[in-house]
Amino acid sequence: MMSIHEHTFDAIVVGAGGSGLMAAVYLAKQGSLRTAVLSKLYPTRSHTGTAQGGIGAALGNMGEEDHWEWHMFDTIKGSDYLGDQDAIEVMCRESPEVVYELEHMGLPFSRTEDGRIAQRRFGGHTSNFGEAPVRRACYAADRTGHMILQTLYQQSIKHDVEFFDEFQVVDLLIEDGSCRGAVALNIATGELHIFRSKALVLATGGYGQVWEITSNAVTLTGDGLFLVARRGVPLEDMEFYQFHPTGIRRMGILITEGVRGEGGILRNHAGERFMELYAPNLKDLASRDVVSRAIYKEIRAGRGINGERYVHLDATQLGAEVIENKLPEIADFCRTYLGIDPVTEPIPIQPTAHYAMGGIPTDVDGGVVGMQGEPVRGLYAIGECACVSVHGANRLGTNSLVDLVVFGRRAGIAMAEYCRGADLEPTGEDPAGRSREELEALLSTAGKDGENAAEIRREMKELMMDNVSVFRTDELLSEAKVKLEELRERADRIAIDDPSRAFNLDLTDAWETRGMVELAQITTECALNRTESRGAHSREDYPDRDDENWLKHTLAVVRDGASEIGYKPVSITRFEPKERVY
Amino acid sequence: MRVLFKVYRYQPETREDAYFDSFEFDAEPTDRVLDGLNHIKWHLDGTLTLRRSCQHGICGSDALRINGVNRLACKVLIGDVGSKIKIEPLMGFTVIKDLVVDMDRFFSHYRSVMPYFVNDEAPPDRERLQSVEARDAYDDTTKCILCAACTTSCPSAWSNPDFIGPAAIVQAHRFIFDDRDEGSEERLAALGQRDGVWRCRTVFNCTRACPKEIQITKAIGEVKKAIVADRS
Ligand SMILES: Cc1cc2nc3c(=O)[nH]c(=O)nc-3n(C[C@H](O)[C@H](O)[C@H](O)COP(=O)(O)OP(=O)(O)OC[C@H]3O[C@@H](n4cnc5c(N)ncnc54)[C@H](O)[C@@H]3O)c2cc1C
Repeated sequence: MMSIHEHTFDAIVVGAGGSGLMAAVYLAKQGSLRTAVLSKLYPTRSHTGTAQGGIGAALGNMGEEDHWEWHMFDTIKGSDYLGDQDAIEVMCRESPEVVYELEHMGLPFSRTEDGRIAQRRFGGHTSNFGEAPVRRACYAADRTGHMILQTLYQQSIKHDVEFFDEFQVVDLLIEDGSCRGAVALNIATGELHIFRSKALVLATGGYGQVWEITSNAVTLTGDGLFLVARRGVPLEDMEFYQFHPTGIRRMGILITEGVRGEGGILRNHAGERFMELYAPNLKDLASRDVVSRAIYKEIRAGRGINGERYVHLDATQLGAEVIENKLPEIADFCRTYLGIDPVTEPIPIQPTAHYAMGGIPTDVDGGVVGMQGEPVRGLYAIGECACVSVHGANRLGTNSLVDLVVFGRRAGIAMAEYCRGADLEPTGEDPAGRSREELEALLSTAGKDGENAAEIRREMKELMMDNVSVFRTDELLSEAKVKLEELRERADRIAIDDPSRAFNLDLTDAWETRGMVELAQITTECALNRTESRGAHSREDYPDRDDENWLKHTLAVVRDGASEIGYKPVSITRFEPKERVY
Repeated sequence: MRVLFKVYRYQPETREDAYFDSFEFDAEPTDRVLDGLNHIKWHLDGTLTLRRSCQHGICGSDALRINGVNRLACKVLIGDVGSKIKIEPLMGFTVIKDLVVDMDRFFSHYRSVMPYFVNDEAPPDRERLQSVEARDAYDDTTKCILCAACTTSCPSAWSNPDFIGPAAIVQAHRFIFDDRDEGSEERLAALGQRDGVWRCRTVFNCTRACPKEIQITKAIGEVKKAIVADRS
């Protein structure tokens, strides 16, 4: 039997990426609250560290005018008008202030000649409501995420945040509309721990591992998402998943949009700059959904390199100095994994699964809201696992890092406030019972005959890549739905190899696999349900945006293994939906 | 190509001693060593245990001894190490299971150098200014991903576990040479102690081991100089 340990805190942060650490720093600054951060990875291993290109804020440091209202407009247009304008206003208004705050925490941004934070161009970011590209992405070479993660971890140490490293949350104690804590597996020992809390925030990141070609870490398995879904909390806009145009061919490793921001150009087999055709004004710097679709269309028309499923990202005109100084990591990836030098050779790329616009529905303070807009007391969500919604149907580059710190900070402040007025609510008898049963049952399969979790993952990833990616149809999605149901049944029969307690990643892999199949199902059902094309959700059988019927968010709640779908209105405050051209 | 992975195994719950296991299979020369280890875990033996996450040399989870040299398993291609590949955990730490080591001491050394920005003056409304040259002075050491490849390749750290090790010094360097930071007096005092920088014998193993190509020995030298300057 697994032994059980118990802890009580005021506030718990699940996840130690940029969003979780920002919330933790703000909770710690409140002083008297007992706060713990639980993370299945050492904090500095979190995927925020891989973010490359920049964090968006209208600082206007480059001798060009910029305003947060322009940033707001670009974000709304980028979202294909599905983003909530009240939330987007909060984000764009607060982003300059949080970027300065990161600088004050010591973040080593790259600098301009006059010593200010350096900024570069990024897709979809423009001046004067769409006129021309503007330099808005604040960067630290192409290691912006690494610097944010390091800086926030350093600040957590400074503020004495208490960490439970390599603790994986495996259940949430949600009862009668309130969250009373979580159950976590101490990976090092295999023991279960019950954490009781007044307020808990999920900051568990994305779920890109559901697809075959992805920029996401193997650990980005969407735990926070399937955990809330299993406890009857809805997920919002799950049909909107972003494919970044430029992943390294076959590997999916990201090549930042910053390469195009610095002047890189996409070319097809004939060497043509094909984006001129698809986005005459912004060209290579159009929104990601637009560029990914263009690449797919080029490939379909037989204009991929040598007729194969990839195109070239040409950075040779940037020159050695720009590449070595502003894009050193990219140069390193190309040399290490492709054996090519981007200074002289084009980079083979294909779209790669990258970012979840959808997620756990929240208000602008990170507070989770249910199907009818009712709050789930004591439960918060921030970062990529949350859906505020500031990204709507398509996220602009540099807006996730902004989202992490703006809403991480707001949630930290709101949770502290909530904790002061709230009491610990009781948990039912044997709160770890469900998790214990689930994990013991999986452990008892060790060495027996059964399904291999890795094989289920492989089939799911291929299926999602072929049927539920950049272009979708009723036929493809319906087929995926049937096959995912089969995969889900097979996932119930997974048998693992490793019978041991300590550091059993065979066990956690299997557990995550089941959750990912559930998320793949929800994503597919939401995609099937939305019969229009908007942002990253592109239905070839319904090629147009349909504001009359579909200018609304999807909410999916899982009942008896199937998604029940509801809707909620989009907040429109300043910018009426218009046709979207770049 | 056909490859033979010889992998260090330690499974304390089922067997007392450590041993090597061999796995032979087909791989592409362009596969990462990590892809080979994943192949073993996913298809040949699910009990094989190692830390991994981003798979492209940023998160620092999978520093291992690969044919006797500390490297990130996700940053070396199979074709570059050859068809016989020996995999062992980092040296000098307690092994928990297979390739997973206990990193607690490593992180406590890291924490001992005040690895955070110190400046108690009220900040301006906008950013603090920093010149391009001043930003360059500590650029190299900002790249550290705390993978421990350097510290576990250092003979001084092997022989004296209390030596704070190259990684902690790199982290301290990042702040000492940042002209916005004001915490260096305390930091240099800590680094000047018995188990601080002076244990470094400039063997350069750390520099060779660093997957981010940080000039670690040079950085340690700069910290030594700063301590001397501070004292005089
Ligand atoms: C390669 C790449 C480049 C990018 N570049 C940019 C960019 O330039 N600009 C930009 O704005 N955005 C960028 N993004 C997007 C952005 O980096 C991510 O969306 C963001 O970092 C996610 O942060 P997060 O805090 O939500 O989660 P993450 O940083 O992913 O952290 C998730 C945390 O949750 C923990 N966790 C997960 N499950 C559990 C569990 N069950 N129990 C306990 N802990 C758990 C993990 O240990 C980890 O600490 C990029 C993304 C990628 C992949």
